[in-house]
Amino acid sequence: MPVVSMTVNGKAVSADVDPRTLLVHYLRENLRLTGTHVGCDTSQCGACVVMVNGASIKSCTALAVGLQGADVTTIEGLAKDGKLHPMQEAFRENHGLQCGFCTPGMIMSAVDIVNRNGSKIDEKTIREELEGNICRCTGYHNIVKAIAAGAEAMGG
Amino acid sequence: MYPFTYHQPDSVRQAASVAGKAEDAKFLAGGMTLLPTMKQRLASPANLIDLSKIGDLAGIEVKGRSVVIGAMTRHFDVANSKELQAAIPALADLAGMIGDPAVRNRGTIGGSLANNDPAADYPAAALALGATIITNKRKIEAEDYFTGLFETALEEGEIITKVSFPIPAKAGYEKFRNPASRYAIVGVFVAKRGSDVRVAVTGAGASGVFRATKIEAALTAKFSSKSLEGVKMPAEGLNTDIHADAEYRAHLITVMAKRATDKAK
Repeated sequence: MPVVSMTVNGKAVSADVDPRTLLVHYLRENLRLTGTHVGCDTSQCGACVVMVNGASIKSCTALAVGLQGADVTTIEGLAKDGKLHPMQEAFRENHGLQCGFCTPGMIMSAVDIVNRNGSKIDEKTIREELEGNICRCTGYHNIVKAIAAGAEAMGG
Repeated sequence: MYPFTYHQPDSVRQAASVAGKAEDAKFLAGGMTLLPTMKQRLASPANLIDLSKIGDLAGIEVKGRSVVIGAMTRHFDVANSKELQAAIPALADLAGMIGDPAVRNRGTIGGSLANNDPAADYPAAALALGATIITNKRKIEAEDYFTGLFETALEEGEIITKVSFPIPAKAGYEKFRNPASRYAIVGVFVAKRGSDVRVAVTGAGASGVFRATKIEAALTAKFSSKSLEGVKMPAEGLNTDIHADAEYRAHLITVMAKRATDKAK
């Protein structure tokens, strides 16, 4: 089986995996980073979104073996020194979740949205950009509010 | 997903050579269709040839009166290319309407064209703009390339390397999307080059992308959405499924064509 090495949340990691191992399973089962969720498993819901080399991707639809040497950030990699990332803090403050299952993917997508669009983003842009993240509790209103607040906080 | 042998060649030549030797091989581009299909066990290639480490397959270049896009260029890069936005804004616009941001970060133009999903966006642009699909073996005109549902003129082991799009005077794309999958229920790409107007429809045809000659004729007379008032597309040959029936799709073609014409620049 191929050895797949990458950098995950700043740490060098490596594991022996079957080529058909998806990135999400590599993260959850080999690295025990279970914050990244499998929701729909059909690349629609976005619960599995992580950053790979700075771009958000759906980790349920990427082979780990194809990401040899990649730089991956998961939800576990956002908080620094015991302090929540501003986007995580904004979700907490604005109650941007109900059951919380979609939240890791929502937050990873939110950080990506701010990285690409800057910290001043209107509601319409946020809603459009969130197309690939589904909340089955339908808690979108507070999620959108949380992202707007998190974006401001990330901007400084 | 069933097991497979994984290959990661670093050149097109090597990829073709692996494909020539390996039994039951499939090329993997961005994987946005192939991986879900393999997960559902609808595809189970014995050999998977990943094209992502072949460096010279991605990029966008304006060459004379055409824009040449590398096969492994991601939708995100097509949507955000300043050069393309200036040369063929409708094509950049189309790429920005595919899937969602995370999908656009992985999916590629070559993968989409090789797969030829009847509801994919790029086939409409390729056909309306009169693109040339360039492979490791030859050049194929869009007109000859799309041969049916998920069917193309590509032969076994043939790899798309680039796609060349002639720059039109004006072009526009509009689609009526399935709200869950973001695939086109009906998508219409209109392009005008000199006196030549081409209109390609995706999502609607029972055998994939096609040119709407009735709409082309109306727009050739005058390139304005007003020319399409009262133009009724026939429902024959259109797709009926849980999302929309053939009559509704026929109606949507004219509506999307009008919007695409209004947007055209």
